[in-house]
Amino acid sequence: MRPARLSAGARPARLSALTFPVLAGCTETLSTVHPAGPAAATIATLWWVLLAGAVAIFVLVMALLLLAFRAEGADDPAAHARQERRWIIGLGLVFPVAVLSALLIYGLTIGERLLPRAAPDLVTVQAEARQWAWRFAYPDLPGRSTEGVLHIPAGRPVDVQITSLDVIHSFWVPRLAGKLDAIPGHVNVLRLEADKPGEYAGISAEFSGVGYRRHRFTVTAHDEAGWAAFNAKAAP
Amino acid sequence: MNALRRHREMSRIWASDPGWRGWLTTVNHTDIGRMFLTVAVAFFFLGGILAMLIRAQLATPRSPFMGPEIYNQIFTMHGTIMMFLFAIPLFEGLAVYLLPKLLGARDLAFPRLTAYGFWCYVFGGSMLIFALVAGIAPDSGWFMYPPLSSTLGSPGINSDFWLIGITFVEISAICAAVEITVSILRYRAAGMTLSRMPIFAWYALVTALMILTGFPPLILGSLLLELERAFGMPFFQVAHGGDSLLWQHLFWLFGHPEVYIIFLPAAGVVSTILPVMARTTLLGYGWVVVAAISLGVLSFGIWVHHMFATGIPHMALAFFSAASTLVAVPTGIQVFAWLGTLWKGRPQMRLPMLWIVGFFATFVIGGLTGVMVAMVPFDWQVHDTAFVTAHLHYVLVGGFVFPMLAALYYWMPHVTGRKRFFRLGETAFWLVFTGFHGTFLLMHWVGLLGQRRRIDTYDAASGWEVINLVSSVFSFVMAIGFALILIDVIANAVTRSRGPRNPWGARSLEWAMPIPPPPYNFASLPEVAGRDPLTPDLALRLARGEGYLGTPRNGLRETLTVDTATGRPNGIVVFPKNTALPIVMAFVTGGIFLGMLIKVYWLVPLAGAGVVALALRWVWSLGHRSDRGLQDAGRGVMLPYASETDDPPGWWGSVFLLIADATFFGSLLFGYAFLWTVAPNWPPPEWAVVDPRWLWLALAGAVVAPLGIRGAIALLGWHGEPLPALVAALIGVLLLAGSAATILLALPDPTRHAYDATLWVLGGYALFHAALAALMTGFLMARSAAGFLSDRRRGEARIVRLWVDYAVLVTLAALAAAFAPGVLS
Repeated sequence: MRPARLSAGARPARLSALTFPVLAGCTETLSTVHPAGPAAATIATLWWVLLAGAVAIFVLVMALLLLAFRAEGADDPAAHARQERRWIIGLGLVFPVAVLSALLIYGLTIGERLLPRAAPDLVTVQAEARQWAWRFAYPDLPGRSTEGVLHIPAGRPVDVQITSLDVIHSFWVPRLAGKLDAIPGHVNVLRLEADKPGEYAGISAEFSGVGYRRHRFTVTAHDEAGWAAFNAKAAP
Repeated sequence: MNALRRHREMSRIWASDPGWRGWLTTVNHTDIGRMFLTVAVAFFFLGGILAMLIRAQLATPRSPFMGPEIYNQIFTMHGTIMMFLFAIPLFEGLAVYLLPKLLGARDLAFPRLTAYGFWCYVFGGSMLIFALVAGIAPDSGWFMYPPLSSTLGSPGINSDFWLIGITFVEISAICAAVEITVSILRYRAAGMTLSRMPIFAWYALVTALMILTGFPPLILGSLLLELERAFGMPFFQVAHGGDSLLWQHLFWLFGHPEVYIIFLPAAGVVSTILPVMARTTLLGYGWVVVAAISLGVLSFGIWVHHMFATGIPHMALAFFSAASTLVAVPTGIQVFAWLGTLWKGRPQMRLPMLWIVGFFATFVIGGLTGVMVAMVPFDWQVHDTAFVTAHLHYVLVGGFVFPMLAALYYWMPHVTGRKRFFRLGETAFWLVFTGFHGTFLLMHWVGLLGQRRRIDTYDAASGWEVINLVSSVFSFVMAIGFALILIDVIANAVTRSRGPRNPWGARSLEWAMPIPPPPYNFASLPEVAGRDPLTPDLALRLARGEGYLGTPRNGLRETLTVDTATGRPNGIVVFPKNTALPIVMAFVTGGIFLGMLIKVYWLVPLAGAGVVALALRWVWSLGHRSDRGLQDAGRGVMLPYASETDDPPGWWGSVFLLIADATFFGSLLFGYAFLWTVAPNWPPPEWAVVDPRWLWLALAGAVVAPLGIRGAIALLGWHGEPLPALVAALIGVLLLAGSAATILLALPDPTRHAYDATLWVLGGYALFHAALAALMTGFLMARSAAGFLSDRRRGEARIVRLWVDYAVLVTLAALAAAFAPGVLS
């Protein structure tokens, strides 16, 4: 079920009708399960682990449910204490606590890894949302800003400082990282990184009125030469 | 008196008015329960039609069916209707219909309040329907985030319909919650201790307490947002010291408990029906009760998990993530208690059981995806995508609608007195079940592929086309299934095939009466000695008058109250007769909301005065001008009338209403603290300062008012004249009102900064409660003069004492919160 193909860029695929469309994930420009950066990859792995666990637990519960209709019940008051121990303490209490503790530790560990921590080659950019456009600024390149396209270097951690001018929006590049809200008066910092150069689709993911669907942007991840060129262009 | 004569006499006393008038003046819980359920189901079908429009729009890419202006109204109203006008009222209707029957009483604690709540629901719901039909419905999503829902994003009247209409409807939720709580704690069969209560009553009790503490933050949020929209008080505008995140906290402080307010009654239904279907008793009753209570408590600690993507501090994220996973533990206990019950018994696949199996298959998936989204990193990806849409439908449809359909088929024989003749129900089950999973299972996947919720359409090359088409096709299969259920219910209800009295072999009291139920429920009230009280001869013995209160007295509608813990009978309640007062008062209450909505502000105080006048008339009709002493309650027990006890039903009702009120005030203080610490653009331009002389007056009032009301109660006990003490109490609360007004005078312009606006609300709140206490004290003077009070009849004074004490507390707290910053800085 796990897609083997990891395409780098944002190409609309034209073969979708020919493949089995549900599992093939024909166009993955916005797909969280086709990660193109470390944050998104970590979360995609988390998803497959969660799915496997969920399927196992679901099968267990369904089996117990359906077998109950076959079992010849022995409604014996003497056995109630044992039944309570087995069903409620064993399966109802101990089992979920064990599974959930393990999961929680895993989730929190991953969460730590995704935080915007200090890094030697860190790049900081600013994203400012409004109805229905995005403006990006580059603190290292004073005066420089771009509309609708965010430029970042590939292979380097990037902190995006996100805010909004009007209503609440959300900054989301599904293939690179999770989303973070753009809230008027607040600045939220999202860490993302693109493994390879290319174009990555971004969208706002907080409902914002009639223009919500079209509220998109693009992230362009440059290779070293491209990033140098972008920086150079900024110089007066 | 033989059983037939008793039945005729009781029916005459308890019957609603004949003809159409009966619908408007009934205060009987069976009638109002059925009306609640019918209206809620009508809203379900309306919400369902909107869902079909959504699926029609999303069936194909670039659909020309609707533009975003219409689509945004449709999905907002779908969510709003299903949450506020279907799910909560359906629970209220079920509880109103069932609880007295399960508990062995003849009605709920406050019959006129039941009716008032119902009519508020109908009138408030009508406002939203009008908005929908007129094409000016709310369109900011059902959780109404400002600034989008405020004047900046929604300058039209659309948002006002939501804020005002839903708040109007919430009156019914608060009324029902007070009613349910007091009924469960006091209106039970003799001998029904807490540990012998039917399990559904435990769930309903937890749910009602959650409504009392969960809804006030939403009501506060709606009030603040409406004040911002109508008068420019900038609670959510960042430039003026507000913060849009305040709304999210208040909304989800309500919104997450709301999910469990919806789920718990359904779990109560499963815990009731499943053991009957398995011909056994519930395994681990005590564990299930503890699980329900802990779900209720935990659900208040996890609201932030709806806000993981708003930039919450990192440690808080870990805490709320842990709490959100922890909440799966009590759910697990219940699920395995139910499975163990099935294994312990001999389950039969009858139609209610089929729906419960459907519930298991669906709700377990919803619970598992719920654990997934409790993982913060995963939530960052799927938040606001179709994955979450799918998850919440698995929880709400699987965890609420399916159990309610089990309840429908389980209790339909009770409501109609008929057995099923047509067998469309099984076909309908399979249509709904496959339709549901066909619609929503793959929706998880398309969410992972990046489809956001609430988009009006999508591009042809997005890779989402097939899943959306499949979803839409199956959603129509599901819709056909629901239509078939409607046809099935109507066909079976009108078919003349009388059913047996206890068709499922249940052991609970609602089957100990003739079906359909007579208006008085039980000809005489049962004595209960265990958790499964229904023995084969119980119905006959009750009909013969072998229980309590089996002899009609003076044409009065009488029932028992019991001690909360032990179930020992301790009073006789006389219920009010049929009256149009509730519907009239709900209508006049509507004037307050309508005046706000259409900005005809003179209507607001006018309707407010009307409500006060009607409320005074309402409470004036209670009580007596003479002591009547102990009465024969049957079975050799002598009891006083509840109006001659120190804690009459109104006292209990006031306690729980004040809990809701205090939650509202607590939410307001939370909002104030939140803005102060989190909102940018603080501190405000200036702190409020106060003339210290006013504070001395407040302190004087805070001493005089409680002493005065206590003195009045003491004087009544000594057969004295309470008037002088009541005058002192009145002066005390008026002093409090005056000092509360100084908060409003300290800052003349509430539109300047969120701080000024917050102080106005604080001051207004304290002023309102001081004025209310003054009104009640004045009322007590009139009651005393008219001879309604005596040493035995002091309950009313004790009720007023609660409200006076509360007014003192909130006025002092409001003054401290308002002026402390100015004094300290």
